[in-house]
Amino acid sequence: MHELRVATEIIEIVQSEMDRLKLSGIKEVGLRLGALSGFDAGALTFSFEAAVADTVLDGARLKIEQIPVKGDCTSCHKDFEVNEFFFICPFCGSSDISIVQGEELDITYLVEK
Amino acid sequence: MSEKIKVEKKVLSENDRLAADIRANLAVRKILALNLVSSPGSGKTSLLERTLRELGEKLNMALIAGDVQTENDADRLTRAGGRIVRPIITGGACHLDARMIGNVLDKIELAGIDVLFIENVGNLVCPSSYDLGEDMKVVLISTTEGDDKPLKYPAMFRRSSVMIVNKIDLMGLSDFDLAKVKQNARTINSRLEIFDISCRTGEGMENWYKWLLNATEKKKNA
Repeated sequence: MHELRVATEIIEIVQSEMDRLKLSGIKEVGLRLGALSGFDAGALTFSFEAAVADTVLDGARLKIEQIPVKGDCTSCHKDFEVNEFFFICPFCGSSDISIVQGEELDITYLVEK
Repeated sequence: MSEKIKVEKKVLSENDRLAADIRANLAVRKILALNLVSSPGSGKTSLLERTLRELGEKLNMALIAGDVQTENDADRLTRAGGRIVRPIITGGACHLDARMIGNVLDKIELAGIDVLFIENVGNLVCPSSYDLGEDMKVVLISTTEGDDKPLKYPAMFRRSSVMIVNKIDLMGLSDFDLAKVKQNARTINSRLEIFDISCRTGEGMENWYKWLLNATEKKKNA
């Protein structure tokens, strides 16, 4: 349900981009998906494929680039990959971490058919 | 081989735009907005009922109660003394979004309101992605749930500012470990403000009220 709704939003955005760029058909939609975005890549791909049927995007595939969570330690200012969502700095042990990447849900590119 | 045409578009940008409008609108009126999230049955409505009964004299509260079906929660909040209570029936959608909140706020007289509570649909996944224009998310968890829930739903616990552990009167009846849930939550989000309460017996409620009054005051002076 959740992913289907977002798949529909992606299709709407792509349609308006197609109008803007004067594209007649789309073969592929690139999506950047953060691990902390709250959306599941598998469910999103499945929903997208179901939702494009009978639209101008019919047959288009969704290519998802999965982005791991990266944190920046506010104490020692080092960046690191946050594994298993444990927001603890591996260098100094601080738990005061700001998120650098991992919350993305962005359309990055289109490939014309 | 077709080329990639670069576009940079946030999928939820329309929701984020509407949420920013709501946030600006509430800021002008100095209304503190709290987005209440939890699994179904953790006690969101019970928390609001008790807060209305015990703090209704001090704070003018407006409440939006989101549910997939029925207006039962809104009815409970009205019975508890809520003067401004608006239900949102999502009709299947698993979360509230900024458009739904904006539509409701358009029809509420906002003057004089201190706090806006938005009771989200019971779900720890989907509501984490939708900004409603709130100042903070308040996440509830109860002692009849698993103490590893923060680890299972990291996005929600990461994006919340307050965690309320409800049903502490039932502790000992399950294997729920209060120290463990706090430890788990803090590995996800070290800045969480945590309260242990029982909406049934009233235990620990005074700490929540103190925090709420303080946060309301801060918003007024912001």
